[in-house]
Amino acid sequence: MMSSSFNIYRVGISFVMMCIFYKSAVDSLSELSPQKYFSTLQPGKASLAYFCQADSPRTSIFLEELNEAVKPLQDFGISVAKVNCVKEETSRYCGKEKDLMKVYLFRGNILLREFPTDTLFDVNAIIAHVLFALLFNEVKYITTLEDLQNIENSLKGKANIAFSYVRAIGTPEHRAVMEAAFVYGTTYQFVLTTEIALLESIGTEAIENAHFYFFHCKQVLDLTQQCRRTLMEQPLATLNIHRFIKTMEAPLLTEVAEDPQQVSTVHLQLGLPLVFIVSQQATHEADRRTAEWVAWRLLGKAGVLLLLRDSLEVDIPQHANVVFRRAEEGAPVEFLVLHDTELIISRVEGNTHIEEMQEDEDEDMQSPDMDIQDDEVAETVYRHRKTQLPLELTVELTEETFNATVVASDSIVLFYAGWQAVSMAFLQSYIDLAIKLKGTSTLLLTRVNCADWSDLCTKQNVTEFPVVKMYKEGKHPVSYAGMLGTEDLLKFILLNRISCPVNITSVQEAEEYLSGELYKDLVPYSSVSVLGLFSPNMTIAKEDFTKAGNYLRGFVITGIYSEEDVLILSNKYGATLPALLLARHKEGKVESIPFANSRVQDIVQIVTNALLETFPEITVENLPVYLRLQKPLLILFSDGSINPQYTKAILTLVKEKHLDSLTPCWLNLKNTPAGRGILQTYFNALPPLPLIVVVNLHSGGQVFAFPSEQAITEQNLLLWLKKLEAGLESPITILPAQEWKPPLPAYDFLSMMDAAASQHPTRKEPECTKETNMQKNDKQQHEDKSTIRKEPVETLRIKHWNRSNWFKEGDKSFRHDNKEL
Amino acid sequence: MSLLAAAGLWGPPGLLLTFALHPALCLRPAPTSGPPHRDYCVLGAGPAGLQMAYFLQRAGRDYAVFERAPRPGSFFTRYPRHRKLISINKRHTGKANAEFNLRHDWNSLLSHDPRLLFRHYSSAYFPDAGDMVRYLDDFADRLGLHVLYNTTIAHVTLNKDRQAWNGHYFLLTDQMGHAHRCSVLLVATGLSVPNQVDFPGSEYTEGYESVSVDPKDFEGQNVLILGRGNSAFETAENILGVTNFIHMLSRSRVRLSWATHYVGDLRAINNGLLDTYQLKSLDGLLESDLTDLAIVKDREGKFRVTLKFFLEEGNQSTDAITLPQDDNDNFAMRVAYDRVIRCLGWNFDFSIFDKSLRLSSGGEFSKKYPLVKASYESKGSRGLFVLGTASHSVDYRKSAGGFIHGFRYTARAVHRLLEHRHHGVAWPSTEHPVSQLTSSIVRRINEASGLYQMFGVLADVVLLKENATAFEYLEELPVQMLAQLETITGRRARHGLFVINMEYGRNFSGPDKDVFFHDRSVGHTEDAWQSNFLHPVIYYYRHLPTEQEVRFRPADWALPRPTAIHHIVEDFLTDWTAPVGHILPLRRFLENCLDTDLRSFYAGHTDLDLTPTTVPVFPAISRPPMGKA
Repeated sequence: MMSSSFNIYRVGISFVMMCIFYKSAVDSLSELSPQKYFSTLQPGKASLAYFCQADSPRTSIFLEELNEAVKPLQDFGISVAKVNCVKEETSRYCGKEKDLMKVYLFRGNILLREFPTDTLFDVNAIIAHVLFALLFNEVKYITTLEDLQNIENSLKGKANIAFSYVRAIGTPEHRAVMEAAFVYGTTYQFVLTTEIALLESIGTEAIENAHFYFFHCKQVLDLTQQCRRTLMEQPLATLNIHRFIKTMEAPLLTEVAEDPQQVSTVHLQLGLPLVFIVSQQATHEADRRTAEWVAWRLLGKAGVLLLLRDSLEVDIPQHANVVFRRAEEGAPVEFLVLHDTELIISRVEGNTHIEEMQEDEDEDMQSPDMDIQDDEVAETVYRHRKTQLPLELTVELTEETFNATVVASDSIVLFYAGWQAVSMAFLQSYIDLAIKLKGTSTLLLTRVNCADWSDLCTKQNVTEFPVVKMYKEGKHPVSYAGMLGTEDLLKFILLNRISCPVNITSVQEAEEYLSGELYKDLVPYSSVSVLGLFSPNMTIAKEDFTKAGNYLRGFVITGIYSEEDVLILSNKYGATLPALLLARHKEGKVESIPFANSRVQDIVQIVTNALLETFPEITVENLPVYLRLQKPLLILFSDGSINPQYTKAILTLVKEKHLDSLTPCWLNLKNTPAGRGILQTYFNALPPLPLIVVVNLHSGGQVFAFPSEQAITEQNLLLWLKKLEAGLESPITILPAQEWKPPLPAYDFLSMMDAAASQHPTRKEPECTKETNMQKNDKQQHEDKSTIRKEPVETLRIKHWNRSNWFKEGDKSFRHDNKEL
Repeated sequence: MSLLAAAGLWGPPGLLLTFALHPALCLRPAPTSGPPHRDYCVLGAGPAGLQMAYFLQRAGRDYAVFERAPRPGSFFTRYPRHRKLISINKRHTGKANAEFNLRHDWNSLLSHDPRLLFRHYSSAYFPDAGDMVRYLDDFADRLGLHVLYNTTIAHVTLNKDRQAWNGHYFLLTDQMGHAHRCSVLLVATGLSVPNQVDFPGSEYTEGYESVSVDPKDFEGQNVLILGRGNSAFETAENILGVTNFIHMLSRSRVRLSWATHYVGDLRAINNGLLDTYQLKSLDGLLESDLTDLAIVKDREGKFRVTLKFFLEEGNQSTDAITLPQDDNDNFAMRVAYDRVIRCLGWNFDFSIFDKSLRLSSGGEFSKKYPLVKASYESKGSRGLFVLGTASHSVDYRKSAGGFIHGFRYTARAVHRLLEHRHHGVAWPSTEHPVSQLTSSIVRRINEASGLYQMFGVLADVVLLKENATAFEYLEELPVQMLAQLETITGRRARHGLFVINMEYGRNFSGPDKDVFFHDRSVGHTEDAWQSNFLHPVIYYYRHLPTEQEVRFRPADWALPRPTAIHHIVEDFLTDWTAPVGHILPLRRFLENCLDTDLRSFYAGHTDLDLTPTTVPVFPAISRPPMGKA
């Protein structure tokens, strides 16, 4: 709250600064002769002058107030002066008598208003009156309901109205309204009244000093319809009005399909919370109506957004229908299940209240954010800590059961630590995998909690968590190195069902293998099947290939064929032995790669490269693989599936080797909504799609956009790429390098200890005082852990201790340590 | 050598073989003619000697243990006199973690064999000393440790030789006059000489080592006990109910272990006398320097307490000796005592060590221990290490190094030092990417028993690799040797390091401290540095501290002033795994020391930002199907 109000203040100030026409170097009241004064007046510039007798007292209450008004009025571009009327040099503005001195407001040298000094009773009155006079056209003063209705009717469909009631002209509230009118007067019609009856007639309850309404007239097209009204609930002050108007300007309801944590709106900047109404495709219309209703109710109190669950990339709890996010940076997103819209309202209103209460506490805590979990994995695990997982679907192993189990049956073992967030997040996926594999796998899914069985984990060479290992047929366990998620682990497990490489024994079997028939159920998990062809006598090459196959197990299907009739296959696929055949199942293609003299590492490399597609659809999962190539990305953003012509154009360019220095890929915003965020970063606003960009992530971070007015054709692209290469294109943006810096500071215990140490010698609190305190406290003896922080760091209590010597040496007489004895 | 190691691995059946092999080993050809040679000689088959033997055996080293008794653990066959060990045998902690459970098992030695845990030998929380004897016997047998029983080493001397590992050999002569030559000498003889204070009349006192343990012998007597340690209170406890009263006299005030957090001070199990004293049940405690007093026997054969000073001035006839009550008629100890019992502790037996070894006494606090460095190596001769209770000068009145549950770890540390010094085996370590840093520390502070027992003495060290992308984790290094880390471990510390230490709050522990004061515990993470109870403290150094910095560190500091320090707030359950209370502040500390982000992210958070990044530190984690279950 504190920081957010500061933000508003800053915004407010900058607005005022923009309105400054003239800034004087002097802030104090200048004293001039009438002649001098009139010579300084500039056309169009407002000036306020107090004419007084030269021999009048140099100080008065009015002068003090006027002096105080100099600076604020200067900020509005109004100069202020005290004009001394010397007897000889009379001016018509110099009054005849001492007590009839007046204040005059000029624009250029035209007199606008004259004020008796008693009207300008204080600084607020001075500013209010001056602005009121200057903004005569912008602020309509009315006295009757009829006036109000007339204005309202005349503005329907045209502009919104800022209507305010103040008890009297010249009050601080009046000044606040006038200051707001100075900034917003051209955007909204300001209407002002001092008539309490008028306020009563529009139905205001509990009338106080001042009220500020926003009349939403601009969107009213039907003249018979009344403008919606929103009452500002905060006290009438400049910054509050500013904030209120800002929220009125913000869209009533925004539809988003982003992670609620990532969404940013003006509300957050203004320190207001965000309420996301979770919607699904099926109920979208109804949800939208509900959301609008809520949005009207919460206008000025919170931002309301409609969150589209279906196109959301992040998971949100299934039953949650409302997501609530407080304005504090780093505050966790709350997922709620609320069955009544009133509950949403009361939650927001209740929360605002809590925020205010927290503000007081924060003042002496100083760093309230440090305790907020900003590790998203730890945060989700913590949030779901009470969710019961169906752990029984996996077998828990202990020091006693481990060896017997992994020997008796092929097992997958998850080694994890119960206290570690990443482990627990992955355990969820692991359990999910167990549900998916239930009844279909001969593989035993087991887990070992290394927090309990530390020695066992160490013996299995597990020193970090989480680790997945597959124990099969008593062979050396295979460690899983893929992504910590259900899908990837599933793929690993399924592909591990067959040996790697699998031994193919006949040409017919080899053909079935290459066509994908042989392992029909596994093909979806391995886009490529690799077959090594060898003459029976190529022992070394076979051995290397087998090693490579072992290395790749779980990631790709590999097979080996080295029968006498291998030439049938090599001839058919135009390969020279030894050769690799790569069957790309999606494209129904088989290509051959000679690999004579390749060692294990090379074979692995060849296969790994073959797994990459030439023009892949980029997803969250496969991006890291393509980023590893360290080339700039050429991304085609598409809203939905890609136009085949574009694919053709790009593939042609690839074929002609024009894209060798790039990684061409495309992104489907329907499948990967996170792409929207990317585009927003690149273009600020969402540009029309489809769209091609080149992003140089690995050096420089420049982003280049293919001109959207050009058709995406082979020629155009080629031309553009050539220009790009020649340095003739300028980037649309340069992404700043994201540095992995600490998100927040840590407690500086060293300086706290230093501070305490330096305080210690000066603190000579008698020990008995402490003891009496202790006795008092004894009554409310707490349980060991219930200590509550009471003092701020600066005055941290110093533990008292007795410095007296324990050894009472040199004490000659026998001293009994209990005097009463 | 290899035969011996193999014998050890065969387990129990190997026992016979081991015996059978002894002659063969003794005949092992020595490098030069002369006495049989061994790389390592261990003196004493008590807990420390056996513990060291275990590590030497596992490493396949050439070693022998010399024991004068026919079986191991001879100290425990006689002591404690009243047979009750005060080291706890906690059989249940509610946890399965074996390493964690050692935190509360004060009697077991370290081994790979789970059957050799003390809880299988006794079900008593304070077990019988006989069970300890049985346990040590089993430990030596089952592991096939190479112990030469009935071999009393009567004399140890030094023989300079350039070929020797340390520039000299240790020559051990046994009671038969046979000599043994050793490259490294590991002294684990404990404290075996009862401490005697010399004052007039000290001959009238009975010693703890020989006093009757039968309460009947004290029926209706006035008893004066000299000393205020556990043996004094143990003796008092035994006869409390049968005496007229017991007075206990010592130089300084009683030190309660629950106030000092030092297990060598008076344990609550034996402190019945404090209760009866404070409840005015005739028993009492007094303080005076024993060297100032004298005991005289009166005509009835009872003992009178007076001052040495009076004895010196007057004539020597018993009746004429001035008693304090002659001047001061309300003198506290004006009664006559039937017995005076001396329970003044034990000293190290220096007598067998030749002067050439320069094994001197005079540790910092007490003369009862031989002087050693923080590496447990004698200050006088290289290659001589002191283990077990005798090595307690390093952490006397601070940590647990004088007790089984402490010195089992220091013996391991000494073994690791020797492995590096003589066999080129670097201090064991594991290497991890920096993403595992928080987890590695959290794991250790929650289960490590060596850190927990030997707080302030043994500490874990994290050595950072270049650019802090990875680190090596070293366990239980003698922390006062930090400056010499590179030479003693064979690891490099060029890019900064963390030290993980366990500490009590400063000024919390002490014999006169009120450890139950209100507000004694700290709950808020921001106040963690004021934690009083044992809690983990992590020091960050940009550079390895120098010896000067370690030696002249600020008073009250366990380590030299670090670049930054982090206290993990004390925990009632000593379970430092709370995500927000413990792990989060630790992560922030590590992040700020390394100027990096150590958070974990789900795939898609950072990966799809498509902003230029350095490597994300964590492996990709898919967002799990939270809440579906």
